[in-house]
Amino acid sequence: MIIAVASGKGGTGKTTISTALAEALEKPVQLLDCDVEEPNAHIFFNTENETKENVYVKVPQIAKNSCTLCGRCAQICEFNALAVIKEQVMVFDELCHSCGGCKLVCPEKAISEVDMQIGKLKRSTTDGITLIQGELDVGRAMSPPVIRAVKKHIKSKIINIIDCPPGNACPLVTAVSNADYVILVTEDSLFGLNDLLISIDTIKKMNIPMGVIVNRCGISEKSITEHLRKKKIDILLEIPENIGIAKAYSNGGSILSVVPSLKNQLVQIIAEISRGVYEANTHR
Amino acid sequence: MKQILIVSGKGGTGKTSITASLASYFESLVLVDCDVDASDLYLILKPEVQQTFDFISGHTAHILQKDCTQCSMCLNVCKFDAVKVGNKGTLCIDAIDCEGCGVCIWMCPQKAIEFPESLCGQWFFSNTRHGPMVHAKLAIGAENSGKLVSEIRGYATKIAKNQKKDIILIDGPPGIGCPVIASLTGVDCVVVVTEPTLSAIHDMERIIALAKHFGISTYVCINKSDINEELTQTIKKRIKVLDVELVGEIPYDTAFTRAQVQKKSIVEYSNGKTTQCIEELAQKLMSKII
Repeated sequence: MIIAVASGKGGTGKTTISTALAEALEKPVQLLDCDVEEPNAHIFFNTENETKENVYVKVPQIAKNSCTLCGRCAQICEFNALAVIKEQVMVFDELCHSCGGCKLVCPEKAISEVDMQIGKLKRSTTDGITLIQGELDVGRAMSPPVIRAVKKHIKSKIINIIDCPPGNACPLVTAVSNADYVILVTEDSLFGLNDLLISIDTIKKMNIPMGVIVNRCGISEKSITEHLRKKKIDILLEIPENIGIAKAYSNGGSILSVVPSLKNQLVQIIAEISRGVYEANTHR
Repeated sequence: MKQILIVSGKGGTGKTSITASLASYFESLVLVDCDVDASDLYLILKPEVQQTFDFISGHTAHILQKDCTQCSMCLNVCKFDAVKVGNKGTLCIDAIDCEGCGVCIWMCPQKAIEFPESLCGQWFFSNTRHGPMVHAKLAIGAENSGKLVSEIRGYATKIAKNQKKDIILIDGPPGIGCPVIASLTGVDCVVVVTEPTLSAIHDMERIIALAKHFGISTYVCINKSDINEELTQTIKKRIKVLDVELVGEIPYDTAFTRAQVQKKSIVEYSNGKTTQCIEELAQKLMSKII
């Protein structure tokens, strides 16, 4: 089962909830940190036995002696990553989306695909929790290929928790696609609500069932939970504002160390979600 | 004309609240919200929209069922798994997964795939109580957020030139990827808003590295600095090593969210210590860029 933990607004508690879920649930469990621009889940675990590998994307390389400068590669490229300039074809690696189009259309078979490193994958296991973290190299623009590389490690027989990137654009879509359920974490503020409603529309469009955890309840005079209930949005859990949680978080400590009763609540939420996922799958 | 960008790496450290507050101290100003897929600045500044523009960017493939022979060529060449097999074996393209590369269009032997331009969102030119503002709304799950950022920044520069404004103040997106890079290019200074948490420090280091990669003057402001004094000291030591100057320190204050409800920035809402700290931040920034 794949459970994605997401939120439009940053800093609402995605990583807090993802790491608490990994801690609370029956082992083995996998935690996939797909916030590859700013991965933080590793701060909450012992990662001494970490192994690393590089993440590559394919970019074209032109064999000059076979290239006739016909320009078909530049024509097919929608991203302006290839240009015929004077006596050679220039390749702009940064703009390449690795679609493979140029190689397919080259009549001289002068294009091969070579690896370009854009990030890293780090993997460690502690107490039955396997953490797989993607990390985009600083200066690289495209995070979706790194997110896809992390998600290749999903194991179908166990629970996989995906810690998603913030926002509602393509990194989020890449992180939640194929998830069985999305837990949206919001904070109890106007900003939180505004970004949550965009996320709800995005997840709806992707046809994935979802529920909301309202974090830091009570920080604003006007709670957003009423609004969510009116819109018939499933509220899974409300976590009251607690400076102790923020303090524990600041040092890489778990929310469960501050509020131990949350453990059973999280286990129950996941049990209910998995019943729903199981039923949906048998009806399919 | 100078451009100031507010970023953080980690989300939720207070970029938007601080941007909205700074707006009170700069007299000749154009505001830009570059967090195009989760924009919140408008909630505080209540912009009156003057003009709306469509953001058309890239293309999305679409199979014409009447011409399709289900040969599966598109399915085989798509590197993004965007071609799906429907229940009757018909092929269709999932617009959300489609990268817009057009390879299927070129390869389809029946020419049965269309490639219309995609409407990826809208952007707005507005008036606020602090001056003109350019902001945007990326379409649900759309791509090209970096291009949208470049487009609205380009327009903001034009407005600033025409109206002879001194400063463009930009609320940036979280992360270090494509929309952040598009927000960074060509600005005069970057303010990294961080907080004393291990996560935020980790993320601050990455955004500072990115800003330095582009050779941009970088400053740090510590928000919620009293939630962990020890880590606040860690940040100060760390940025010294990185040769980055501290320009502000703001305490944890629940008045930020209380002000939100009244659609005000904290400096418009209270005269407390936090407001003083932000005023000092504004003065310091002013002295840095002029």
